[in-house]
Amino acid sequence: MSIKIEHLNKTFGSFQALRDISLDIPDGKLTALLGPSGSGKTTLLRIIAGLENASDGRILFGDRDISRLPVKQRNVGFVFQHYALFRHMTVAQNVAFGLESLPRNQRPPKTEIRKTVNRLLEMIQLPELANRYPAQLSGGQKQRVALARALATRPDILLLDEPFGALDARVRKDLRRWLRGLHDEFHFTSVFVTHDQEEALELSDQVVVMSQGQVEQVDSPTRLYANPTSRFVFDFLGHVNIISGTVSDGWLQQGNARVSLPGVSTSGDAQLYLRPHEVHLSVEPDSRACLPFTIEAINLIGAEVRVELRPDGWDCDDIWEVGVSHSEFSRWQPQRGDRCFVSPEIGHLFRNGDNRPQPVTWP
Amino acid sequence: MKYQSHHRVGDQPWLRRTLILAAVALSALLLAIPLVLIFTQAFSAGWGALVSNIGDRYTLHAIGLTLFVALLTVPLNLVFGTALAWLVTRFRFPGRKLLVTLIDVPFAVSPVVAGLLYLLLYGRNGWLGSWLADYDVQLMFSWPGIVMVTIFVTCPFVARELIPLMQQQGTEEEEAAVTLGASGWRLFRRVTLPNIKWALIYGVVLTNARAVGEFGAVSVVSGNIRGQTNTLPLHVELLYQDYNIAGAFAAASLLAAIAILTLAIKGVAEWRQARLLAREPADRNPQ
Repeated sequence: MSIKIEHLNKTFGSFQALRDISLDIPDGKLTALLGPSGSGKTTLLRIIAGLENASDGRILFGDRDISRLPVKQRNVGFVFQHYALFRHMTVAQNVAFGLESLPRNQRPPKTEIRKTVNRLLEMIQLPELANRYPAQLSGGQKQRVALARALATRPDILLLDEPFGALDARVRKDLRRWLRGLHDEFHFTSVFVTHDQEEALELSDQVVVMSQGQVEQVDSPTRLYANPTSRFVFDFLGHVNIISGTVSDGWLQQGNARVSLPGVSTSGDAQLYLRPHEVHLSVEPDSRACLPFTIEAINLIGAEVRVELRPDGWDCDDIWEVGVSHSEFSRWQPQRGDRCFVSPEIGHLFRNGDNRPQPVTWP
Repeated sequence: MKYQSHHRVGDQPWLRRTLILAAVALSALLLAIPLVLIFTQAFSAGWGALVSNIGDRYTLHAIGLTLFVALLTVPLNLVFGTALAWLVTRFRFPGRKLLVTLIDVPFAVSPVVAGLLYLLLYGRNGWLGSWLADYDVQLMFSWPGIVMVTIFVTCPFVARELIPLMQQQGTEEEEAAVTLGASGWRLFRRVTLPNIKWALIYGVVLTNARAVGEFGAVSVVSGNIRGQTNTLPLHVELLYQDYNIAGAFAAASLLAAIAILTLAIKGVAEWRQARLLAREPADRNPQ
């Protein structure tokens, strides 16, 4: 079932948590609400569930306005960051709770409930833990039980609040893959909140980036990463290298650093954003740019060698990071303290006071 | 130097011994010896005298009235305290902090003052009392007045026990129950109640202990009518003033026995609650 959010606002006292949110969440897809803490993503999720009331605005499930419906009647499954399992009930009792809460005329008979619970426990691969209490489970097991519990009543929509936030990295990765598989099998509409960009990009079909109670950008993971439309999204998604300076005659200049900007005719102060994989390192400057650096640190672990660079003769707020392939690294063998130059391939130029980037490519 | 570094502040042996000795001496003088004395005095004339003293008509009536008052007070305060704790821990509203502070008023006010206030308000010449008297309703100097002041004096106990626990447990489990379609009553019975069960029992035990033992407020509003409005603590005082020492101690030994039983139940409740809480943060793989 698709979700449509129209002009939603939420204030807590004098604090405006959500500002005029309008959003379409497609049917049967996994959508991520991504943003730093305090961006309003959890509040939005709780309003969709009905655990919180919007100050104004409308929410539609399909074409039904559910803004005024109580939680019980919205038929959503909700998974909490800290699991929220009923601590005095066994795993099986936890999973059965939703079915047993159905009104008498819709409630399946006891044997049916037991069968459904067993099937769900098979699905989460924990049938042997049916009679354990939550306190006896590991974090990953608890979260799987919470998922089974939320899915027991066959909700139209599954909402997950930082579902993997409290788990360690390895379990998180397993569980992520497992959820993706589950989703591909059952095709429920899911919305999950996360502050982890990697998780959002890997797991979802659509990402909603939020900041300070507003939607910054809605896109597929690929498009979002390739074409961020604002400084915020740029900064938030992956590392980005920034040089700020003055543009004149098609060159950006600061100190002894200069970059050519083919196709840029304006002038004034501006910042050039470069992704670590959209530049390359060399020993000499070239016709595109002269960006001198000293090598600060080298990290060999991973698919690429990550080189951290300190500007030489000019300034920037954050250290630069550049990825070098292992084969190129072993050919070149740079050392800490060596001098080198960065040459851009694709760049994104933000003029001062402008929040939309202008793409720059070098021939 | 090396060994001294293992001592924490205030961990010198002489200090430790002095403190322990002081604590033991004070507990003996103030708690243990008086308690033992009550029972030795009560049994001083033998079992037969004790039974006949307790079997006295007026003493039996006082026991009955005390139990009756407790029987009314405890369930009322159980419901009131639970509702209040639910209100202040599950909802945000203006004046919530003030309400949490107001819960403690019965603890802060001397019970005698509370009794006097009720007398002024509900007495025959009182503000509400004179109006009630026109309809032939008498609250003061009869059992309804005793129940009213006892409720006032004991009303913080249940809420005081529940509020910190419910704050600590948070609302997530209840929210989960709501998203799973539970009705309000089912949510309370299946999710909230099992989580606060032992704290609730603890609160009830304390409420009961105070309701049985309350003297000050009750003595102001009861009028001390022997065989009519005399509760057990008032009766002890009355017997003592009659120079019926054996009778007074017999009644007092009953109160002391109730107190000891209460402490035992409270101990069990505390132990069970602590065990529940201790189990909770364990987050390990059982395999």
